[in-house]
Amino acid sequence: MRRVIFFSPLVLFAFASIYFAFGLTRDPTYTPSMLLNAPVPEFRLSPIQGYTEGLRSDDLKGRVSLLNVFGSWCISCEVEHPFLLSIAAEGIAPLYGLNWKDKPGAGAAWLARRGDPYAQIGNDADGRVAIDFGVTGAPETFVIDASGRVRHKHIGPITPEEWETVLRPMILDLKNAQNAD
Amino acid sequence: MHKTLTNFLLPLIGATLLLTQDALAVDPDERLDDPALEARAQELGAQLRCVVCKSQSIEASDAPLASDLRILVRERIAAGDSDEVILEFMAERYGRYVLLKPPVQGNTAVLWIAPIALFVIGAMIGVAVLRSRNQQPTALDPLTAEEDAKLKALSLSHKENQDRHEISLEKELHHDAHPTKVSGG
Repeated sequence: MRRVIFFSPLVLFAFASIYFAFGLTRDPTYTPSMLLNAPVPEFRLSPIQGYTEGLRSDDLKGRVSLLNVFGSWCISCEVEHPFLLSIAAEGIAPLYGLNWKDKPGAGAAWLARRGDPYAQIGNDADGRVAIDFGVTGAPETFVIDASGRVRHKHIGPITPEEWETVLRPMILDLKNAQNAD
Repeated sequence: MHKTLTNFLLPLIGATLLLTQDALAVDPDERLDDPALEARAQELGAQLRCVVCKSQSIEASDAPLASDLRILVRERIAAGDSDEVILEFMAERYGRYVLLKPPVQGNTAVLWIAPIALFVIGAMIGVAVLRSRNQQPTALDPLTAEEDAKLKALSLSHKENQDRHEISLEKELHHDAHPTKVSGG
């Protein structure tokens, strides 16, 4: 009995260590999206400077689409941008843009320099729509199905590898499901 | 060393922990005019995690998103929302994860129960150890007749041995006391 009491802290410590060691293998930057499989929040955004068309939540319904959160102030968006152009060129789903907290005209000037991959862009100057989407940083990309539900949230720049292995197969699956209906 | 630790260092560490507080990151122009509402906003903000920096509250963080969320909290307060409604509003967007004080639910049960359970287990072990230390030797079963006889026999023989030993000792002493007499006689 004495021996059991004497060694119990050690045993407890061993169990706790194993438990926490598993915890260390988890990604601390991962934030679960609350919107998964939920309809996109209602919004109506005006166009960015020099554009005529803004973006509304209704634009995200009717077919599988991508919504990309970007800002001219965002370095990672600059890294991601060339690949967004090639996604837009591939054309398997329309790519919509949410210009997050940009100064007036800054987003448009940024796109004029680099090329515009977006079918439509909403100007989220005060960042409220991004908050409704649970955005924690740019870039973030949402895969939205034909019924206007969020099916996937991608945090950070989309890499060609992630596009090939995760996003494109998912988009094609969703399109097939839509056609089957 | 031990005295320094208990008399000086520990109280100092305790006081430091009690007196320090997160510096607030709130800009003066974010503040609400009504001090009571502003106090409520700061209290709420301290309960909300900044999703950019993870380990700070939005009240303590300099991140632009934290600033947006602070303004949002103040807007909701000014609009007359209750604390619960505002926390729920945030949790709907960023998950229960944003609540720095996690609600009691299935996946947080361990978090809430563990400290109490560990305290109870520790107290039980402590009590058990203290008890076994203070315990008087317990009364033994009375001896059986056979054992009693054996014991008597043993102590008798022991007594005999002792007597014999004493006699021989006396003899020896006697002997030792007069060695010169013997040799000199």
